[in-house]
Amino acid sequence: MSELVKRVDLIFGEYSDQKYKTLEKTLKRSNDDIIKDILDSGLKGRGGAGFPTALKWKFTMEQPGDEKYVICNADEGEPGTFKDREILTKVPRKVFAGMAICGKVIGAKKGYMYLRGEYRFLLPSLQVELDAYAEMAKEMDIDFTIEVRMGSGAYICGEESALFESMEGKRGEPRNKPPYPTVSGYLNKPTVINNVETFVNVLMICRIGPVQYKKLGTRDSRGSKVFSVSGDTPIAGIYELELGMPLEKFVDEFGDGDTKAVQVGGASGFCVPRKKFKDTIIGFEGVPTGGSMMIFNSSRSMYNVLHNYLEFFEEESCGQCTPCRVGCQQLRKGIEAVKRGDKPITYLEQLMKLSETMKITAKCGLGQSVANSFSSIVTNFKEEMIY
Amino acid sequence: MVANNNLIKELVEKYGTDRTSLMPILQGVVLQNNYISDSDMTEIAKELDLSAAQVFGTATFYSFLDTIPRGRFVIRICKTITCDMHGKKLIIQALENMLKIKVGETTQDKRFTLLETNCLGWCHQGPSMLINNEVYSDLTVDKVHDIIADYMHK
Repeated sequence: MSELVKRVDLIFGEYSDQKYKTLEKTLKRSNDDIIKDILDSGLKGRGGAGFPTALKWKFTMEQPGDEKYVICNADEGEPGTFKDREILTKVPRKVFAGMAICGKVIGAKKGYMYLRGEYRFLLPSLQVELDAYAEMAKEMDIDFTIEVRMGSGAYICGEESALFESMEGKRGEPRNKPPYPTVSGYLNKPTVINNVETFVNVLMICRIGPVQYKKLGTRDSRGSKVFSVSGDTPIAGIYELELGMPLEKFVDEFGDGDTKAVQVGGASGFCVPRKKFKDTIIGFEGVPTGGSMMIFNSSRSMYNVLHNYLEFFEEESCGQCTPCRVGCQQLRKGIEAVKRGDKPITYLEQLMKLSETMKITAKCGLGQSVANSFSSIVTNFKEEMIY
Repeated sequence: MVANNNLIKELVEKYGTDRTSLMPILQGVVLQNNYISDSDMTEIAKELDLSAAQVFGTATFYSFLDTIPRGRFVIRICKTITCDMHGKKLIIQALENMLKIKVGETTQDKRFTLLETNCLGWCHQGPSMLINNEVYSDLTVDKVHDIIADYMHK
C-alpha cells in the first residue's frame, strides 16, 4: 500500500496496559481542567454535525439538578457508515471509559448506549465488557453505571431527540429545538449525547494531552477520523486517517483509477464530482463527514444513486412534518418523471427549489439534509438525470 | 395464548412497568415470536398502564418490530446503494427461487420471511443480509444457497 495518506492509530490503538488506567487518572482531575483540555484539543463531534464537544459538556455541567444522563449514540444508520461497529467490536472499553469521564464532568450517574437493532449481534461481547466495567467501577468507587438499549431498525433514531423519544418508549419522532439536549434531553433532563467515536476521542485526549492530539489534522479539523470506505474501491474497509486532507489524495489512495464521484457523508452528505476533487477538503472547513465515503466509478449511473438515496429517505422519514414526508416522495417522483420524459428538463429546477424549501422548513436534520445530496448530484450530473 | 401472556409477564418483571421499558419489552416479544400480535399489544398496554393505541403507535413505528406474523427466520436483505451496486438483485432472485416466495412474503411452512431493509452497515462487504440477528456479508448466489440449505434443516 502506498504512503499517500497518513494512517493514524489513535482510536484503534492498544488499550492502556492496565484496565481503565486513563479513566482512573482522569477522575482525579478537576472538571474544569478536563473541559479545558477538550476545548484546547478542538474536538468536534464525530457523528457528522461537528458540534464542539467541550461546549456540549460544559453547558450540561452548568445545568442545575443532579439527575443528568450520558448517552452514547450507537445508532449508526447513515448509508455507507460502519465505523462505530468496528469501534464497538475492537475497543469498546475505550467507549465506556469516555462515557464515565463524561459522567464525572457533568455530574451524571447513569449512562446509556443506544445500539441500532441491526447490531444486536454485538450485544453478547459488549455485555462481557460492560460487566468488567461494572466490576471495576465498584472497586474504584465510581458512581456511574452504563446500560445498553437497543433500537429496532429506524434511521431517524440516530437524530438525538428522536433517540430520546425511542428510549422513552415512544415513536422515534424528533422534538422541536430548542430546548437542546444539554437542557432537556432524555426524560427531559440535561443530557450529553455523543457519537461512539467522540467518546473514544475524549479518552485519547485525556491520555495523550491536547498538545499531542492537536498535532493531528488541521486548524478547523483537529484529530483523526475513522472512515468507512465503500463502493468502487479495491480496498473497501475501515481506515483511521487524519482530518483535513484533500479529496484528491483520498481518491488516489482508495479509488480504482476510474473514480467519477465520491459521496462524502452518506446519503445526507454531499456528492463531489471528479473535477472538484482537487479543491475539496475532507473536514469541517470543507465537506464534513461522519465517516461515510462512497466511491463511484464511471460505470455507475448517478441517477440510480440519487434514486436509491431518495427511496431511503422516503422510507426513513418519520412522517411527522409535511416538508419531509411529502418532499422526499415528490423528489423521487419528480426525477422519475423527468427521466421518463413526462416532465421537461426545467422541472429539475423546481425540484431543486423544493429541496431548498425542505432545508429551511423540515423539523429535523433528516429532511433538512436531503437537499445536500439532491442538489449536489443534480447540479453536477444533470445529463444523467435527463438521458 | 397462555404461553404468550407468561412471556409478557416475564418481560415486565425483568424490565419494569415504566414506559421506558416499552421498547425492551416489545423487542423481547419479537425475539421470541418474531412478531407482536394484537393481543400481545393489549396485554402490554394493560401491564404498563398505557392505552393500547400508544403501544400500537410505538410498535408500528419501527421496521424491526413486526406486527404481522413472520416466519421463524426473517431474512432482511440490504437494499442501500453499495449492496445494490454489488449485486443485491441477483441475491434476491436466488432467494426468491429457492424459497418460492417474493419479497415481503412468508413461506407456506412459516419457516422463512423474505424482506428488504435499509443500510445494515456492511457496505464494504456487500451484498449483505440479516437472518434474524445473524449477519451474512460478501454474498454470492452459491453462498446464499449454502446458507439457506443450512437453515432449512434448523
